[in-house]
Amino acid sequence: MEQAIDIVLMAFMAVTAIVMIRLRNLYAVVMLSGIFSLLSASMFVVLDAVDVAFTEAAVGAGISTVLMLGTLALTFREERPRRRRDLTPLAVVLVTGAALIYGTLDMPHFGDPNAPIHHHVAPRYIEDSPVEVGPPNMVTSVLASYRGYDTLGETTVIFTAGVAVMVLLSGVWRRRRRVAPLDPDAGRVSADGEGRPAHTETDP
Amino acid sequence: MRMHSVLRTSTKLLMPPIMLFGLYVQFHGDYGPGGGFQAGVIFAVAFILFALIFGPDRARAVAPSWVTTPLCAAGVLLYAGVGLVTMALGGEYLNYNVLAADPHDGQHLGILLVELGVGLTVWAVMVSIFLAFVERGRVETTAPDPESGDAPRD
Repeated sequence: MEQAIDIVLMAFMAVTAIVMIRLRNLYAVVMLSGIFSLLSASMFVVLDAVDVAFTEAAVGAGISTVLMLGTLALTFREERPRRRRDLTPLAVVLVTGAALIYGTLDMPHFGDPNAPIHHHVAPRYIEDSPVEVGPPNMVTSVLASYRGYDTLGETTVIFTAGVAVMVLLSGVWRRRRRVAPLDPDAGRVSADGEGRPAHTETDP
Repeated sequence: MRMHSVLRTSTKLLMPPIMLFGLYVQFHGDYGPGGGFQAGVIFAVAFILFALIFGPDRARAVAPSWVTTPLCAAGVLLYAGVGLVTMALGGEYLNYNVLAADPHDGQHLGILLVELGVGLTVWAVMVSIFLAFVERGRVETTAPDPESGDAPRD
């Protein structure tokens, strides 16, 4: 039964990914990426990783979809058609994929109880965390107590990302950008604010 | 959005449960799935929904930048400060055992404070990023700088 759910979810994810590659309408692509995140969140639920699923649903399907829509409102809704077919990305993807699959051949099978990861620190967390730390949710014990340094680092990363976005989007650079000569190919924000692409064709 | 009374009413109905759920996820992370990160995101979603429906001006009235910008740093500082307090009390950095007489209580208090720091930072960063996007779009599209002579073309 679980395997059937896995197969169905994987098939949906593959279809979503392929449709995302083929579509030119970026609004639909953003919506589909939200659906993709929701499908992977369901996948994490099947894997009994509810904390990860929760994060994926809230961040991947929720916030990042909204932020992508905000980006679309500032730029274009349609992807520009490609001028020529370039095979380099395909080759890069194929080589990388083959290398990754080759790498997994040495790895222990999925769910193997003898895998090294189940014998390193996981038994300590499972057996001792109720005594040493206390909370019934071991994920919280691991994240906030055993691996407090990592979580502090992650929080700092979020803070840094926020500061970077605020610096990039705030008014510091605007005046200089306006003075700089405009590249005729560069996208301009449309006047109506609806996210419709402005006319970028140069007049004859 | 002034005409969409269904959207406006349902937003008003949805916001309190979303925020309450965010608080639940924040403070119930010890017992169930969730924690500061998810709670911060959920709490931010309530503000983003408000900004989408009622506009960024009214959202900024609720979450002005002098609140959100310092809170981005305040969460990280709270987290790092807990570590400094544990060092001052004679433990290692972020060893919560020394925060209370009983190690269990100390761990509980430490995790609560640390998760609160994560939640604060995540909430403030998410709201700031979203409003930065929205406000930039408005400045670029509706209020062109008259001095630059670069009025929006049609």
